[in-house]
Amino acid sequence: MFAMKHIRNFCIIAHIDHGKSTLADRLLDYTGSVTEREKQDQLLDNMDLERERGITIKSHAIQMEYVHQGETYILNLIDTPGHVDFSYEVSRSIAACEGALLIVDAAQSIQAQTISNLYLALENDLEIIPVLNKIDLPSANPEEVTDDIVDLLGCDPEEVIPASGKTGLGVDKILEAIIERVPPPKGNTDEPLQAMIFDSVYNPFRGIEVIFRVVNGEITKGQKIKFMATGKEYYADEIGTLKLTQHPKQVIRTGDVGYLISGIKEAREVKVGDTITDAKTPTKNMIAGFENVKPMVFAGIYPVDTEDYEELRASMEKLQLNDASLVFTPESSAALGFGFRCGFLGMLHMEIIQERLEREFDMTVITTVPNVSYLAYSKKEQDTPIVVNNPSDLPDPSKMDRVEEPYIKATIITKADFVGPVMSLCIDKRGQITNQTYLTPERVELTFDIPLAEIVFDFYDRLKTVSKGYASFDYSPIGMRTSKLVKVDILLNGQSVDALSALIHADNAYNIGKKMCEKLKELIPRQQFDIPIQAAIGAKIISRETIKALRKDVTAKCYGGDISRKRKLLEKQKKGKKRMRQVGNVEIPQQAFMAVLKLND
Amino acid sequence: MLNALEKELELRAEEFRDEVVETIYFGGGTPSLLTAEELERLIGEVYKYYDVAGQPEITLEANPDDLTDMRIRELAVSPVNRLSIGIQSFFDEDLRMMNRAHNGNEALKCLETASEYFDNITADLIYGIPGMSNDRWKENIRKALQFGIPHISAYALTVEAGTALNSFVSSGKVPAPDEIQAGAQFSILSELLGAEGFVHYELSNFGKEGYFSRNNTSYWLGRKYMGIGPSAHSYNGTERSWNVANNPLYIKSVLKGKLSREREVLTVSDRYNEYVMTGLRTIWGVAAGKVRTEFGESYEAYLLEQAGKHLENGLLSFEKGVLRTTTRGKFLTDGIASDLFCV
Repeated sequence: MFAMKHIRNFCIIAHIDHGKSTLADRLLDYTGSVTEREKQDQLLDNMDLERERGITIKSHAIQMEYVHQGETYILNLIDTPGHVDFSYEVSRSIAACEGALLIVDAAQSIQAQTISNLYLALENDLEIIPVLNKIDLPSANPEEVTDDIVDLLGCDPEEVIPASGKTGLGVDKILEAIIERVPPPKGNTDEPLQAMIFDSVYNPFRGIEVIFRVVNGEITKGQKIKFMATGKEYYADEIGTLKLTQHPKQVIRTGDVGYLISGIKEAREVKVGDTITDAKTPTKNMIAGFENVKPMVFAGIYPVDTEDYEELRASMEKLQLNDASLVFTPESSAALGFGFRCGFLGMLHMEIIQERLEREFDMTVITTVPNVSYLAYSKKEQDTPIVVNNPSDLPDPSKMDRVEEPYIKATIITKADFVGPVMSLCIDKRGQITNQTYLTPERVELTFDIPLAEIVFDFYDRLKTVSKGYASFDYSPIGMRTSKLVKVDILLNGQSVDALSALIHADNAYNIGKKMCEKLKELIPRQQFDIPIQAAIGAKIISRETIKALRKDVTAKCYGGDISRKRKLLEKQKKGKKRMRQVGNVEIPQQAFMAVLKLND
Repeated sequence: MLNALEKELELRAEEFRDEVVETIYFGGGTPSLLTAEELERLIGEVYKYYDVAGQPEITLEANPDDLTDMRIRELAVSPVNRLSIGIQSFFDEDLRMMNRAHNGNEALKCLETASEYFDNITADLIYGIPGMSNDRWKENIRKALQFGIPHISAYALTVEAGTALNSFVSSGKVPAPDEIQAGAQFSILSELLGAEGFVHYELSNFGKEGYFSRNNTSYWLGRKYMGIGPSAHSYNGTERSWNVANNPLYIKSVLKGKLSREREVLTVSDRYNEYVMTGLRTIWGVAAGKVRTEFGESYEAYLLEQAGKHLENGLLSFEKGVLRTTTRGKFLTDGIASDLFCV
């Protein structure tokens, strides 16, 4: 049994690719938490998708033991997701810690996301241990980046630990710093149980595994417990600590981190940030900071084959079991039939859901043009907002008083050289600059108020392009503002395709309507007849393109030796067509529905 | 090579034990390199190991530059009874564009002589060549018809990867073939030959009654065939196989008594797809009844359901239980076929 003074809870703050996972592996390695056989690169990321994208989507926690000056310490490493879509989860992980390793790439220096997570950590009074990673890289610039860190934290240059996840350099220093600099947890063992949920993992056999940090009191196996936000009660069937595998325990004490299994089947019962307490003698105080996660981006998801609607529903329900941040309601589209309007945390989350549907459930789906959630006000009832999560739900313009759209505060850090292009991009995206700070003579932090919808539409890609990759981005919502928005409809072969409609600022409508027509012309394959593509605002056509009819689609020769090859070719073609959606008599490929996101490619 | 071909014929005789050989076809590559004597030897081997029908169709593919007067006279007294001549065009410009060894004059001369000695001749023509006017195309057809041949195969030019034409097109020296031009010339072809009593019995094949290619027709009707030689394909009704393509490898393995072949067993849906694909190219079309008896009722229902939109837009017709492409649909056959496919 370990006293609180021998426990250290810490997380890692790092920008994507700055080496968080590799360094985490090194810590596990050095403390002997991983046997040779268990060794695998980047242990903490275990979903396929995470590996491919290099992003930790769901956070985990892992416990290490380390002997320092003759005493054994428990080190709980709490992993954090590294993408703005998941900033709430990051904030809860941070709230479960007393210290944070701030990992900065010695070649790339500090990025926007690192800073926003660092601020979160500072707000939570975390002890920050700066680590200068990848110093073995030829492109490393340790002196300058150390100066950047010192400027940012106001620390001594000596406090910055040089390290390399690749060679293992500095790992001992980091462990020493965690023990000596990160304070042990504070908390009262005698108070009623008060533990914070900061993560959950879906296990198809055992139900949801809840990952928590005990703040006060202790949790024992078999205890009757209550989740305060949901009000639900359970028995703690199994509790334990997380090493590479689960280690069941009888009790998890104040300050420690553990997992809980109590037969919960649905992820939405487990809310990150919720407080676990004793059902009979509950704590009076919920742990501060809990929020219900709100979706930011909405899009329709439809089966390519209308007959798969029920199967799609079943798949989405299963996805929701382990991803509570996914919300959906049935909707119908004149063009696409029955489907679901889904809410996502952000664009990455949306892509992940689409990919998981395809990979894990073998569903071929169409995702419609994503949009944010608008508020419309009618002339009659000017104070009653109508929530518009789908452009088709926008009331008739003649009866509408105004529309409000969500705005965000965007923070961009870039090199001084790219301030000009980044500013033009943001202004082009209807942004208003609110602040410009030189973090160092070379690095500038720009803040903008910008409509969230503009971030949804090809913002990241363009930011990357105009800054040659040297810009990082983070955002937080700042509320609704009135905007001059119009609905741009797309007509294919004279028929309006509701799934392609978008709400666009009136000043950009012509330009975007034109680009949409051009993009669709590129993406929709030629068919056996001419297909006019039109963009319209109300009854007014603002742009037009034509996909010319296919005039020749036949192989000249088809003899004994050609048949197999030819058949396979046409089979492949048919498979492609099956992934298309027929609207009227026009076959539209999946990616055409997302065309508006890639207008500048 | 000749020994290997003979050996393969011997090795595979068992496969055709219960079959009658209706046609023999020397094609692919340059079979006209074989002397008349060698051809006879091979045909003799077929007779030796196989049961050959009374009046087999025996075709030799040849290019005009191989068919000298002498050679034609030799062939005339051989068992070969049908010539397939790679005329392509009677105009030098077209022939140069396609990198052919013969010129227009040779083409004309060869066809003239051949038609003196052979009654059953087919000529290959190519249309849709960049720079070929509709008038020149009509002229080409007329020149082919003047000797009274009973069969023509005409192909729209396709630019194949790795050819000289392809590199000219990519470098912009030659304009890419134009599909509107090809479509127009296809219509001209069908009309002119129709008026001369030819039946447009397969997409690229036109023949007078009694002169349809018996050999090629069996491919389209899903009959069995055996291909002898490197990379030749065979089909036994359920399984398609093809020999190794590399000549030395082929010879080596066959002479050791081993057949180096790849095979694939066709599933019901593969066979259905092939029937749809080849059937739509021919005047025999795709018969719903045949689909039902050979592949089952569900395939028939599927076929008719998928055909719906093309019947509506007039690219397919459905008469007396048979689906066919219409005049408008013919030049779009591939896309229509793939729409009817079951995958």
